[in-house]
Amino acid sequence: MSVIEMSGLRKEFTVRVKAGRLRREKRTVTAVDGIDLRVERGEMLGYIGPNGAGKSTTLKMLTGVLMPSPGEARVCGLRPVAERTRLAMRIGVVFGQRSQLWWDLPLRDSFELLRHVYRVPAGEHGARLARCRGLLDLDEFLDTPVRQLSLGQRMRGELTAALLHGPEVLFLDEPTIGLDVVSKQAVRGFLAELGRAGDTTLVLTTHDLADIERLCHRLVVIDHGRVVHDGSIAALHSRYGSRRMVVAELDAALPRPPELPGAPLQRVEADGHRLVFALESATVAEVVAGLAGLATLRDIAIVEPDIEEVVARLYRMTAEAGGATVTGAP
Amino acid sequence: MGSVTATVAPPTNSNVTRSIRTFGAIARSGFRRYATYRQAAVAGVVTNTVFGFLRYYIFLAAAGAAGRVAGYDREQLATFVWVGQGLLAVIAIWGWTELADRIRTGEIAADLLRPVHPVTSYLATDVGRAGYAALSRLVPPVLIGLFLFDVYLPHRGATLPLFVLSVVLAVVICFGCRYLVNATAYWLQDVRGPLILWTLCSGVLAGLYFPLGFLPGWLEALLRYGTPFPSLLQIPLDVLVERQPAPVQLGLVGVQAGWAVVLLALCRLVQRRAELRLVVQGG
Repeated sequence: MSVIEMSGLRKEFTVRVKAGRLRREKRTVTAVDGIDLRVERGEMLGYIGPNGAGKSTTLKMLTGVLMPSPGEARVCGLRPVAERTRLAMRIGVVFGQRSQLWWDLPLRDSFELLRHVYRVPAGEHGARLARCRGLLDLDEFLDTPVRQLSLGQRMRGELTAALLHGPEVLFLDEPTIGLDVVSKQAVRGFLAELGRAGDTTLVLTTHDLADIERLCHRLVVIDHGRVVHDGSIAALHSRYGSRRMVVAELDAALPRPPELPGAPLQRVEADGHRLVFALESATVAEVVAGLAGLATLRDIAIVEPDIEEVVARLYRMTAEAGGATVTGAP
Repeated sequence: MGSVTATVAPPTNSNVTRSIRTFGAIARSGFRRYATYRQAAVAGVVTNTVFGFLRYYIFLAAAGAAGRVAGYDREQLATFVWVGQGLLAVIAIWGWTELADRIRTGEIAADLLRPVHPVTSYLATDVGRAGYAALSRLVPPVLIGLFLFDVYLPHRGATLPLFVLSVVLAVVICFGCRYLVNATAYWLQDVRGPLILWTLCSGVLAGLYFPLGFLPGWLEALLRYGTPFPSLLQIPLDVLVERQPAPVQLGLVGVQAGWAVVLLALCRLVQRRAELRLVVQGG
């Protein structure tokens, strides 16, 4: 059985828009527009999309905070809104932009309170906390009130808080937003470690695609509330034609651009001293061999496809094709 | 043969114990959260004391030469005022907008993600807060009253325990009212309007600005049974100064219990309705 199932999941909001001095018009905005998705146990799913695509709204519906307009969602076999309290025992949630800790209490007290709220036996709680303390270096600020923590420290606290009851599913909504490089690495390293154990399902929304590359095997891209891609990162690259590049530095510029089978020339830079080829059917070795016969090679670099570039292209494509899903209502 | 199988306690029992334990843990954390702000407590005590003098002398003037007004003598008025000044903070009649703020900012989402009903969890926190207020905010004005004025001390043995019960119920009732006022934020976003209405009504109708005995008997009765306001201050203070015979006072505390149940049920109902239409804005 899938841990998370969504079928025809939708969310509509009614907003009032100014339509004159006093008159206001009701409009229905569709934030999530019919999502069908299944996530299996132990999967690490990257859930991305441009701002306003419906990522957070989906997460809020899956965690029972928001009522779906129509559509069905099951998490751990439970209906999120109707069985929210039971579901809360089995999932963990981290919202990067909101805190779940108690502002006035030291982290240590927050954790102790969570033990009672989630009714976790002291032994289990202690073992999980010890593990998080080790992996996330919590010890130096465990007695500091949450309001005095830096963002990076607080996020490490939030992650711990979300895991102390041993959730089956962990939802992370932009967990690395605003973090510095070191804190980001700490958070990613920790999540990777969690994923390796294989018993926690992870759903991660982010704008930082390095998070996804590092952590997720499966990538779901949504835009205007619809799924526009579901598959691996490699599949995304092949679908949208992103290729590895070979950058060759030559001693002297060639009289005319070389033609190598299976590796079309993309750009000529530095007055012809630098050539950039895209790898289609040719291998790196074939490109190097082909070039070596034509000129003296000074240097060769291989550039991996840039996921940001692919995703940006994907967002632009869907924006042109989709348009706004806003419909007027009387 | 002949062995006796031990009966296993029904699971509901252990569930109740665990629920009480959870409630207790949240209440303890509420106590600790409010205990962080010591200067605020000192500032509050000073304000309460200043207004205590003001109220006492106004009531005393109303009592006039006869020394009695609306069934209170001077000593009873002193107790009414000084214990009342302390109770204001214990029931936290004004100034609580935590829930409304969390609804407006969307932080409420974090409360909904806990396995404890939000009404239960906020109530537990409030009980802890009231416990801290009883130590830090009730004791000082009571001591001032005790040292500077002739106050009325209860004569009946049952009065003190009944007063404690009455205060606990007043805390629950006040919490229920404040929760409902705050919950209007689910619909309005901005709760300043309801909050002003609440501040006005609670001050006048709870017996703070004047003991409700100043009003005609029928009006006092109407307020007492028809609204929760007198249950906030007037009833606990009447119990303490033994304004009515003991059986009547027991009945009044029964009225409070009724209001506590009604308000908590209403809070849960409103919370459920709100969740169906909740919009948590922003990412």
